[in-house]
Amino acid sequence: MSGPGLNDFVIKIGTVNGTGSASANGLLMKSIFRMGIPVVGKNVFPSNIQGLPTWYEIRVSGDGHAGRSGEVHMMVAMNQATYDQDLAELATGGVLLYDSTWPRPQLENRPDVTVIGVPLMAMCNEVVKAARSRILMKNMAYVGAVAALVDIDLGVIRSLIEETFAAKAKLIDSNMEAVKLGYDYVKANYECPLRFRVSALDKTSDKVMIDGNTAAALGCVYAGATFGAWYPITPSTSLMDGFVKYCKKLRVHEESGKNKFCIIQAEDELAAAGLIIGAAWNGARAFTPTSGPGISLMSEWIGFAYYTEIPVVFFDIQRTGPSTGMPTRTQQCDIQTTAYASHGDTKHIVLYPSDPNECFDFAVRSFDLAERFQTPVFFLSDIDLGMNDWMVDELTWDDNYVPDRGKVLSEDDLAKMDSFSRYLDVDGDHIPYRTLPGTDPKGAYFLRGSGHNAHARYTELGHEYQEVVDRLLAKWESAKTAVPAPVVQKAASQTRYGMIAIGTSDAAATEARTRLEADGMPIDYMRIRAFPFTDEVEAFIADHEEVFVIDQNRDAQLLNLLLTETSVPREKLTPVLHYSGEPLNYRFVCDELMKRIKLRKIA
Amino acid sequence: MTSFVKPKIRRSNEPLNELGLARADYEGNMSTLCAGCGHDSVTAAIVRAFYELSIPPHRALKISGIGCSSKTTSYFMNDSHGANTVHGRMPSFATGALSANNDLATIGISGDGDSLSIGLGQMAHAMRRNVNMLYMLENNGVYGLTKGQFSASADFGSLPKKGDPNEFSPIDPVAFALSVGATFIARSFSGDRKQLVSLIKAGLKHKGFAIIDVISPCVSFNDHKGSTKSYAHTYEFYSKAVHADYIAPSQEIVAAYDEGEVMPVELHDGGYIQLRKIDNSYDPTDRGAAFNRVMASDNANEILTGLLYIDESQPDLHRTQNMETRPLNEIPYTELNPGAEALSALQSEFR
Repeated sequence: MSGPGLNDFVIKIGTVNGTGSASANGLLMKSIFRMGIPVVGKNVFPSNIQGLPTWYEIRVSGDGHAGRSGEVHMMVAMNQATYDQDLAELATGGVLLYDSTWPRPQLENRPDVTVIGVPLMAMCNEVVKAARSRILMKNMAYVGAVAALVDIDLGVIRSLIEETFAAKAKLIDSNMEAVKLGYDYVKANYECPLRFRVSALDKTSDKVMIDGNTAAALGCVYAGATFGAWYPITPSTSLMDGFVKYCKKLRVHEESGKNKFCIIQAEDELAAAGLIIGAAWNGARAFTPTSGPGISLMSEWIGFAYYTEIPVVFFDIQRTGPSTGMPTRTQQCDIQTTAYASHGDTKHIVLYPSDPNECFDFAVRSFDLAERFQTPVFFLSDIDLGMNDWMVDELTWDDNYVPDRGKVLSEDDLAKMDSFSRYLDVDGDHIPYRTLPGTDPKGAYFLRGSGHNAHARYTELGHEYQEVVDRLLAKWESAKTAVPAPVVQKAASQTRYGMIAIGTSDAAATEARTRLEADGMPIDYMRIRAFPFTDEVEAFIADHEEVFVIDQNRDAQLLNLLLTETSVPREKLTPVLHYSGEPLNYRFVCDELMKRIKLRKIA
Repeated sequence: MTSFVKPKIRRSNEPLNELGLARADYEGNMSTLCAGCGHDSVTAAIVRAFYELSIPPHRALKISGIGCSSKTTSYFMNDSHGANTVHGRMPSFATGALSANNDLATIGISGDGDSLSIGLGQMAHAMRRNVNMLYMLENNGVYGLTKGQFSASADFGSLPKKGDPNEFSPIDPVAFALSVGATFIARSFSGDRKQLVSLIKAGLKHKGFAIIDVISPCVSFNDHKGSTKSYAHTYEFYSKAVHADYIAPSQEIVAAYDEGEVMPVELHDGGYIQLRKIDNSYDPTDRGAAFNRVMASDNANEILTGLLYIDESQPDLHRTQNMETRPLNEIPYTELNPGAEALSALQSEFR
């Protein structure tokens, strides 16, 4: 197993929500990133504005692993309310850093860890006058202490602070001064650096640290989305924040100062869905970001858009359910809901991005798929992907991209036609033609969620109704060849074991596969990237005796979706379930798989 | 059953509008509502208003929710895109559709069931946003399709066909609209086509959210003695406060009434709404006064009709959003794509 060692360890920082620690933690992580060393950052925060415990976990991984490891080697315990929990979580041989302004004898209960006390508050009180600034500076002081312990380059820290406060030069020196307080104290009083520490590499020069929501927002801008509506809900809000930010920057007419976009904060999710469906019906690329509770509320509209064939994109940034659940914790608990959202026979296209680069790419593809297949498309992310900064290759764009607007008839097209039938399968590809309001009287049709025939007229005749819904099913099935194909990592040797995962399970699954293979347990791994499942999915399961299906939910939703939508036997699929609300880590996957494989060997 | 598409048969010497279209060109499918339904009269008034305004049918949007009134969107203007959406959610769909192309004349059709219960929130927010649409609330105080339950507009003590009188406070769409801040608020009666056609025309030309609360009796479930939404009751307590005529930019204002009774309100298209006050003491541009007058008439069991409030000065949603004059759905992708270079540049903040 991993760490701790050179460029291979985990720092966890426990603070109080609302004390400004997020920027200090971001600074720590970015400093390591700037030193060319791959990092992973996970923010574990409460559903609260101020006062509750919050943690930030930084994994330094010279080998470039992208997920959590499941261990903590240095605990920066800044919240006395969680001292016991934080101490307990620390791995044997680890280091606990705390503010020794107030001595804490209970921290000496673990003889297997090293406790380092730094009088952070006392030092800051001496130097800083304003009370609020003292708390902020204390954060910077622990950054300095950690920097000294793991050998982070102070010059890198300084340049990051300079960039942050470019507009407020006074703050540069005061922040640096606070960093130095912690740094110098540790240097003077402890042997530095520690056994586990950083050492500059050159592995991040073509990388960026970006969260999935921001990347997806950029995807919406580049896809040419002009209409967005949303009701604020954690953890999707930052997606719309990103869209607003980049539209203001990139989408305002240079001369007139007028917007080439429209963003509406809806009164609720029901209205957000109605707004985007109305806009999409009228030819704008439209989307809404939401989370599970929003999908529940939007379900009626989702069925409407499915049945009336309107291309809209729903970004579901999943959080722990059911009901309000744990709004700031992660899960993959909407797999089943998004696959079949709404009453009646409904089936949707769902994309499963696994990192911010795919968030960008899949956001664009979502609009293309929605318009090509004239149907709602779901982009299924989660809080781990959406709100944490991930290190990925820089996002790139192909200027030759042309949006796939699907089969939309122009005024000229309509002029050449005798008549137009909205839901008629003219080309035999199950996709009818659509028209936009205002184009031509011949293109007019009546949109209704009630029974309709191929000519968009009201019907209660069974065969007319069936003709439409059968085509809808055939259309959905035909999307198999257009959605992103699965990605397979094959073991070097033949193996009877397979593993399947989606989305944010990927980083942990990939690392687990690599490590298990190194330990003599080869496993083939398939990451599914979309629903409907492509034919490769069933073939992959058929090729293995036992397939582990990783689900970040209690009910094995992905596994059950595989059973429903393929003809594979239930006995072949073994659930690996992680649903505590914390992002998945590779140790958990390794342990679960090893247990099962050993059991099988004994049997 | 499959809906029936009425063939277009033109009469000879049929009068035509400025576009050369006859009134029949504004008609739709055959109504499947009950004979004598108030909604069919409203539909006829809508046809007449669009025809008289010479709006090309394909440049109009007709959007509705769910219910008897919402069905009527397919009974007029077959050459328009129409949408019969989800219960109580017509306003959001209409707002989205208009945001994609603000050049289309948009009429929303709803009823008291669709608007005043499940749809109260969406209606209020369309008003707040001052969406540039005409919202027809065809009000009969009863649920027709589910056979006669009271709606939220049923008056205190109004009797159902069977059972006990209504005991809950009614929601008056006009008072509600005044409190939320709609910018064009009218009430009318399906039995007064002349007034209704004038109001629809004015409402369509108003830049912003216009609502007409139309008392439109339900002949099957709410036209009996003891009902306050029956034809007989409405005729008895019907009172006109302000008449409104739309005057196109090319037309002249003809004051055929005494000064003080006539009040022109200039519209964004250069035309006017000419207000003729039947009640001289009433000022339909004073929101507070309008509210008092509406409340007083509600208390007196009087059905106050006409254009009860207008404010032409508020920006509509398109303007509040600072959007281009070009419809969003006509902006070419080349103008929406920031390009590879911009993407590379903006990522410096992520390093």
